[in-house]
Amino acid sequence: MIEFRLPSLGSEMDEGKLIQWKVKPGDPVKKGDVVAVVDTSKAAIDVEIWDEGILYELVLEPGETVPVGTVIARLLEPGETPGHAEEEKRKRAADAKPLSAPVPIVGVAAAEPPPAAAGARIRVSPAARHRAQVLGIDIAAVPGSGPEGAILIEDVEKVAASRAEPKDRDAEMRRTIAAAMARSKREIPHYYLATSIPLVRASRWLAARNEGRPIAQRMLLAVLLLKAVALALRKHSQLNGFYQEGAFRPGPGIHLGVAISIRQGGLIAPAIRDADAKSLDELMRQLADLVARARAYTLRSSELSDPTITVTNLGDQGVELVQGVIYPPQVALVGFGKVTERPWVENGALVVAPVVTAALSADHRVSDGHGGAAFLDEIARLLQEPERL
Amino acid sequence: MNEQAIRENLFAALRGIAPELTPDEIVADQPLRDQVDLDSMDFLNFLIRLHERLGVDVPEADYGKLVTLTDFVAYLQARLR
Repeated sequence: MIEFRLPSLGSEMDEGKLIQWKVKPGDPVKKGDVVAVVDTSKAAIDVEIWDEGILYELVLEPGETVPVGTVIARLLEPGETPGHAEEEKRKRAADAKPLSAPVPIVGVAAAEPPPAAAGARIRVSPAARHRAQVLGIDIAAVPGSGPEGAILIEDVEKVAASRAEPKDRDAEMRRTIAAAMARSKREIPHYYLATSIPLVRASRWLAARNEGRPIAQRMLLAVLLLKAVALALRKHSQLNGFYQEGAFRPGPGIHLGVAISIRQGGLIAPAIRDADAKSLDELMRQLADLVARARAYTLRSSELSDPTITVTNLGDQGVELVQGVIYPPQVALVGFGKVTERPWVENGALVVAPVVTAALSADHRVSDGHGGAAFLDEIARLLQEPERL
Repeated sequence: MNEQAIRENLFAALRGIAPELTPDEIVADQPLRDQVDLDSMDFLNFLIRLHERLGVDVPEADYGKLVTLTDFVAYLQARLR
């Protein structure tokens, strides 16, 4: 029997509220399948499973909030019988006795029984009534769409969905960001470096590439910057990974967390996985997709927990320099400012060049300024050969 | 296409990016991207939406001419003539 636990959803996002199961008992699942939608302080997240098997039971009910790491479903391993799973379950429960089992920390308060409507009797299906109780919804306030205005389970879901959205996500997101950033500044001894990088070749190459292409296939300069960071990290692995339990753990790949601002306020930095191995076209597609999904609050759990470094591009907002706060447990952050036209000396001649300031914030427990400087230098060098990115 | 129709299409395309927007929030002669807070990805998506609605593909070389809403209206009028 495999216990499926609520996966990590990123730093300081330590609990999730189940909105919906996407699977039911008996369904076969495999690695990467989206099995549930969970609401966090930042976004509704599609939770992926990392095991293969047959779904045996769903432990969590929609509406319940549990900490990361809580068992939310159980799977049968290939070939396992339900009988064996039950036995295993009892054994584990017995083993776990001394420790208290994870308890929903914000379990749904038992809903009050619906007030007896004076006069008009409400027609409501038993399933809908149960659902309304679980979700804490007043059944009398649900408009029914069934025969003779009967309230169906879908009607309850609709009310629940409309109610879930406008909750104070701004405040929650602010709290989450505050917790992560305060932890960062408390624990991580940051050092900061910055350098100006001429983009004459990069912007010329990009203009030529985009010219004549249909608008939907156009590439943004940000994609070149991302690729250059990813490639430079191959040589500077001490900036790519996590600082956990007193030691540096190199990232399992180069997964760039791309900081995306949310229009209503706040930001989120989901991952583009293995960015160093992706073509520029592929990176552009993924970036466009991530931005769209981040703003629509539909990201996947792995996208939030995977990033091994964060890249932020505040140049669009007009600032020239970004000295960012590292997102723990990561150990570095690269910030790009606005691309500005500046006087630049090249081969002894004064030219007007588009220039960007790249800045590195890094964890001094893991790397030193010397290595950080070489990393920024490598990014600058890579951007002089855009055709090789 | 008349000016009013062009304006309506511009707002519809903008609202796809910034759903909270109301037309009277935009000052026609001030930079659009600052007012609506469009980053480069938003701006590209805005142009993609305009292209879908009006069939006008704005080449990158013309971005510099398109700063205010008034610029957009004049540019699109010329292109749609």
